[in-house]
Amino acid sequence: MNASATLPHTQPVRTGLARTTLLAQLRRVERRKRLRAMALTLPLLLFLAVTFLVPLGALLMRAVENPEVAGTLVRTGAALQHWDRTSAPPDAAYAAIVQDLGAIPETAQAGVLARRLNTEIGGARSLIMSTYRALPLANSATPEQARVALLALDPRWGELPFWWAIAKNSSRWTPDYLLTALDLKRDAQGHIGRVGADEAAFSEILVRTFYISSVVTLVCIALGYPLAYWLSTLNARRANLMMILLLLPFWTSVLVRIAAWIVLLQSSGLVNRFLMFLGVINEPLALLFNRLGVIIAMVHILLPFMVLPLYSVMKSIPNNYVKAAISLGSPPFTAFLRVYVPQTFPGVAAGGLLVFITAIGYYVTPALLGGPGDQMLSYYVAQYTNVEVNWGMACALGSVLLTATLVLYVFYRRFAKSELSLG
Amino acid sequence: MKRSVFPVYYTWFDKLGWVGLRALCGAVLFFLLLPILVIIPLSFSDSSFLTYPITGWSLRWYQELFASPDWARATRNSFIVAPLATIIATALGTLAAVGLARVQFFGKGLITSLLIAPMVVPIVVVGVSTYLFFARIGLSDSYTALILVHAALGAPFVVTTVLATLQGFNQNLVRASLGLGVGPIQTFFRITLPVIAPGVISGGLFAFATSFDEVVVTLFLAGPLQGTLPRQMFTGIRENISPTIAAVATLLILFTASLMVVLEWLRGRVK
Repeated sequence: MNASATLPHTQPVRTGLARTTLLAQLRRVERRKRLRAMALTLPLLLFLAVTFLVPLGALLMRAVENPEVAGTLVRTGAALQHWDRTSAPPDAAYAAIVQDLGAIPETAQAGVLARRLNTEIGGARSLIMSTYRALPLANSATPEQARVALLALDPRWGELPFWWAIAKNSSRWTPDYLLTALDLKRDAQGHIGRVGADEAAFSEILVRTFYISSVVTLVCIALGYPLAYWLSTLNARRANLMMILLLLPFWTSVLVRIAAWIVLLQSSGLVNRFLMFLGVINEPLALLFNRLGVIIAMVHILLPFMVLPLYSVMKSIPNNYVKAAISLGSPPFTAFLRVYVPQTFPGVAAGGLLVFITAIGYYVTPALLGGPGDQMLSYYVAQYTNVEVNWGMACALGSVLLTATLVLYVFYRRFAKSELSLG
Repeated sequence: MKRSVFPVYYTWFDKLGWVGLRALCGAVLFFLLLPILVIIPLSFSDSSFLTYPITGWSLRWYQELFASPDWARATRNSFIVAPLATIIATALGTLAAVGLARVQFFGKGLITSLLIAPMVVPIVVVGVSTYLFFARIGLSDSYTALILVHAALGAPFVVTTVLATLQGFNQNLVRASLGLGVGPIQTFFRITLPVIAPGVISGGLFAFATSFDEVVVTLFLAGPLQGTLPRQMFTGIRENISPTIAAVATLLILFTASLMVVLEWLRGRVK
């Protein structure tokens, strides 16, 4: 402020100086504005960092973290580092495991270790726990004596698979959970291959998740497209009225709607009674706790997500082009197909992707309306968290789901006009 | 002769298509409304089965509902968690939206993406990650964790709604106020906020509805004492679905319908 107030006398210098100071001032003001705008977003950013982003990062880390063995069997891991995996483990490893197990202060901690190793190889739990309880071993001063003592305690200490499991998990990070989530596994030598058909479980779940979501998306397009088109041809007052009919179920609690679908679809429910009344069927159809029920309810929940973006795209399409095509001699239906429909493709893509992205994360609907064979990826994430208490596996499956969602979301952003806006 | 509603160049095929379209749309709207229409009358039935036809009418399921301590606790919890989450989400979300609407700055795209991320991330992933995180810092089974995460889930709705409202906001009003010597904070509260208030309130309603209907995160984060209405409904549907559920459903439909009326009215005011 002061610089421009006390300008020098001579003309050329004055304009030059005034320009630079004005420019500098403008820049300073702009910078301050930018900083202030950024500062306004900071509280929410920090809040989300603590409540959302940090937990999410921890989940991704946990998918590759492997602390149980690496944290307790430190010396054993070091002793096994150069082991060739085919000959007997070195004596030093026997001595190290006696030391490492002896250094575990609480039984609970030994239990965590035992359980972790047991997920790799059956029988490891009893082997670890019985050895842990037998400690300290008499006569195990030298490595050789330690080996003899351990083998005397439990001959299974001579079996290589137990040592493979320890060696494989003695690093703090592991790709195993993620590999398992994709039905791959790493053998003792570190080679990655497909698991046998009897063990493969997760690719089927992934395929099922994508299959159910695809069917739901296609049905939503098939039902949503005509509805959105019809709504876009109505005048404002009637369109508003119809919009309320569309939004009322949209705003109704998902659990309320699931309860209603149970009432409708049960064997004595209205849908079965109606079909029997029409004579289409003689016995009630099984519509509940199977895939059909899940798909019907998911379509019901997700249809508005299809109609709303489509409607906003269709509303912005001028009907001049179709009129021009018709006036040039095209039959109305051909004009609709070849002139109108291509203009709605961005809306179809945006709505379809939105439905698909939401569908692959569904948990509650399949959990309440589906059978055991209709559960989607989210169900197993919850299952591994709460029932199996295998958090590494839960986080790996969660990471797979998150990655798929984010990749699809990037495509969605290319088609959608604005941010996700609902209603 | 009555004039046809169809343009003259329409063939019978086009006319049939138009009639078919309307019939299909009617059927789809019926499909959308059917569950709501079906469950309300059942809550007034005197039968303990959720089936039609209804033989007699009574209010016993409402009496049972209001006498149940479980549902009372769930209702109380929902009305503790959702309003507090809404307040946090609305305050922080509005502030962030005002910042994002103003000027271009470095990293704006990234910040916007981060702010709306809770809308995109699958809900079960949010549930598991926050459960593991808050359990580690000793906040599992607490209202605090539940409220914070619900606020995080609701904030993006506030950000997007307020941002959309600010698109139509005349920045000259702010310039005039600042030019007249009013400070930026006072300008915000006396000029900007009153103008964008409908957007802020509808964003807040979205945030409220998000928390009020949220069940997955609640399944992970809430202890037995913090269960909300959706959580109680989840258990009820899974264990034994009784007409009490229909009574709760009816009340919830009434509640959300009234929220929707408020929202529609506000949207009218934004335009």
